[in-house]
Amino acid sequence: MERFLPLFTAVPLLAGFACLLLKRAAPRAAPALSVASMATLLLLASAAAIRGEEGVAFAGGWGVRSSGEGSFVAGIALVLDGLSRLFLLLVAVVGTASAVFALRYLAPEEGLPLFHVLFNLLVAGMNGALLAGDLFNLYVFLEVASLASVGLVAWRTGGAEVEAALKYLVLGTLSSAAILLGITVLYAATGFLNMADLSVAVSGGAVPRVPLLLAAGLFVAGFGMKTAAMPFHAWLPDAHPSAPAPISAMLSGLLIKTLGIYALLRVLPVVTGMDGDLRAVLTALGLLSMWGGVLLAQAQDDLKRILAYHSVSQMGYVLVAVACGTWLGVAAGIFHAVNHGLFKSALFLSSGSLERVAGTRRLSGMGGLFRRAPATSAGLLGACLSISGVPPFNGFWSKLLILVALLSAGQPAMAGLAAGAALMTLVTFVKVQRKALFGPLPARLEGAREVPASMFLPVLALVLLCLASGLLWPAGVDGLVGSAADAVASPDGGPGAVRAYVERVHGGGPR
Amino acid sequence: MILYALVLVLLGLGIHGLLAKRNLLKKIIALAILDYGVNLLLIVVGYRAGGGAPILLPGEDPAAFARGSVDPLPQALVLTSIVIGLGVTMLLVAMALRLHQRYGTLDVDRMDRLRG
Amino acid sequence: MRRDEEGLSEIVRTVARETLAVILVYGLGLAFYGHLTPGGGFPGGVCAACGLVMAVLASGNRSGFVAAIRGRVAALEAFGALGYLGVAALGWTAGQFMQSSLPRGTPFTPEGAPFLVILNLAVLLKVGAGLFAGFAALVAFGREAPPAGGGEGRA
Repeated sequence: MERFLPLFTAVPLLAGFACLLLKRAAPRAAPALSVASMATLLLLASAAAIRGEEGVAFAGGWGVRSSGEGSFVAGIALVLDGLSRLFLLLVAVVGTASAVFALRYLAPEEGLPLFHVLFNLLVAGMNGALLAGDLFNLYVFLEVASLASVGLVAWRTGGAEVEAALKYLVLGTLSSAAILLGITVLYAATGFLNMADLSVAVSGGAVPRVPLLLAAGLFVAGFGMKTAAMPFHAWLPDAHPSAPAPISAMLSGLLIKTLGIYALLRVLPVVTGMDGDLRAVLTALGLLSMWGGVLLAQAQDDLKRILAYHSVSQMGYVLVAVACGTWLGVAAGIFHAVNHGLFKSALFLSSGSLERVAGTRRLSGMGGLFRRAPATSAGLLGACLSISGVPPFNGFWSKLLILVALLSAGQPAMAGLAAGAALMTLVTFVKVQRKALFGPLPARLEGAREVPASMFLPVLALVLLCLASGLLWPAGVDGLVGSAADAVASPDGGPGAVRAYVERVHGGGPR
Repeated sequence: MILYALVLVLLGLGIHGLLAKRNLLKKIIALAILDYGVNLLLIVVGYRAGGGAPILLPGEDPAAFARGSVDPLPQALVLTSIVIGLGVTMLLVAMALRLHQRYGTLDVDRMDRLRG
Repeated sequence: MRRDEEGLSEIVRTVARETLAVILVYGLGLAFYGHLTPGGGFPGGVCAACGLVMAVLASGNRSGFVAAIRGRVAALEAFGALGYLGVAALGWTAGQFMQSSLPRGTPFTPEGAPFLVILNLAVLLKVGAGLFAGFAALVAFGREAPPAGGGEGRA
């Protein structure tokens, strides 16, 4: 499998630049190329997930070198472990659904190949960030993904959306500057960029504490802004609804997790360790987002803005769970992040379908659409049940797991707050269903018609995955999530997980 | 030491400009200054007083070379980060141009969603 | 004629025209000898793109030709990127991604490391065309009415 690791970024890059090259000669080829590259990634990622692959690939035949003080990594390493495996699979699944959805959602026009260039660059950036073994490559791929996403948010727009994109880009650049500053501070203190080497240097105890704390603070602020945790959330409710529906699905379903949650989970334990102060900060951020997001969502009428505020809220759950520091908490957080990726992308895709059906995104302009567009409505209904935590959908199990993790970590108050926020989520989505799908059909919508199959099938497939991940918990899902959690924390609470990461990196590749 | 102080000044100037200036173009310039602050810090971290250019010539002793030259890694990082900064600035300017066409001004207070 | 179509004075235009070829050759040279001297595809590309930008600034954007060639420049950029990826993938078939699978040649000679020369030329195309495409996109943005496509020209 090591040999195939570069393909995770090379395939979307290849497809993206082929779209650009064929912009004039074969503009119709671009959507097909996107679907093909996503399908290839899906194949690769499922093969890796099913076979439980782990490994390290070194670019250009470099590898691990030894010196008098121990071994270190020379060159660029790509690391595949339980955590990156699971997120690669999530990126491939949601990417495929969005690419298929975009086939009929976006009208063919002159600039369409450029959309697919940016779409593929976005996926390449996210996959690269998931595989990067050193901090600087993580930063570079993160920037590739965020720049591509800014271009997509501002896609085909002249006005208000450009402002949203501008705000997104300014705040995104600010967070990237914080991350780069953190990387610089760590490099100055240790002389390493590779995360395994860094972890060895830090656990050796020779690194002073001040730069480590400074770097950890900068990383929490930077990645927290990418996650849109509450004090840093201002850009998300503007940026995500402005994008076309498949891109909203990619941004809310994937980007905030791969650039935010994944990066936090990867960088903090390996580099600085999850100590008590850091966990308190993360808990505070999570609690604020959990409640702030859900409360702000109540006041919205625009369906996509409701969904965007709920992304903030759901990321709060993940942060609170991860901040437990226990293996169970990390596993619950990862499981919820993955589930959120599935149902939130289904929600955003079906919001695009509903907009097509009803001609508006305002809930007050919808009603009774279940009879007019049954397949789209069924998709939306399933995703709503999932996000509100109704059994047997996956949202229920991961929220339950978070509550159990909080209780077993001795935080009953936190568990109560989380349960309260979950109840508020249920209230919002009951409102969404009642206003959009049921009730009287406005006279204006008498002629509303169902969207084409290539738009409702991806949504239904995502909802089926939500159901499957809820029902088939013991049959494979627990293995996937468990091995992802193993990569971050060990069940006994010791530093075993980080040590395993170091051994995997230092033991791989040519010498 | 003076260079570290300069880094702080640049970072401070960038953040001040980003928050206090109302003109979009000035905000973009402030963001660029902030970027340069981080880049300068990277270069300063890799600098060694009196160090030579990090090019290993044939026949040179690697150990002596490692002691006597500046750290080349931050230089490579800064090059990459400058290119990223260029892409960001280009995108920002393009969007500012669009907004100028729409509103006829670059004053953020007169734009609907950028206020505050 | 619009202000931006006029260009600058006769003297500036002539000097720009005469130096453009020199600048382009210099950029190409930087890329060609990138494996031997400080330089390489990136500085070479920046140099070439600056030469082209200078030429456009001096002679003016006559009848909007910059916007007209934008698509071709983007295609050139894609060609450079695909060339780079192609060389990297060639190494992948031989064992490791980004590894040299072409003959290595003698180090420290102009004909050494053909693999690096190809990579440098691909980067030259990518960076040069990318920078110029960004410039062209900004010029075109100023002329046409909104809305237009998303961000292009990322180096």
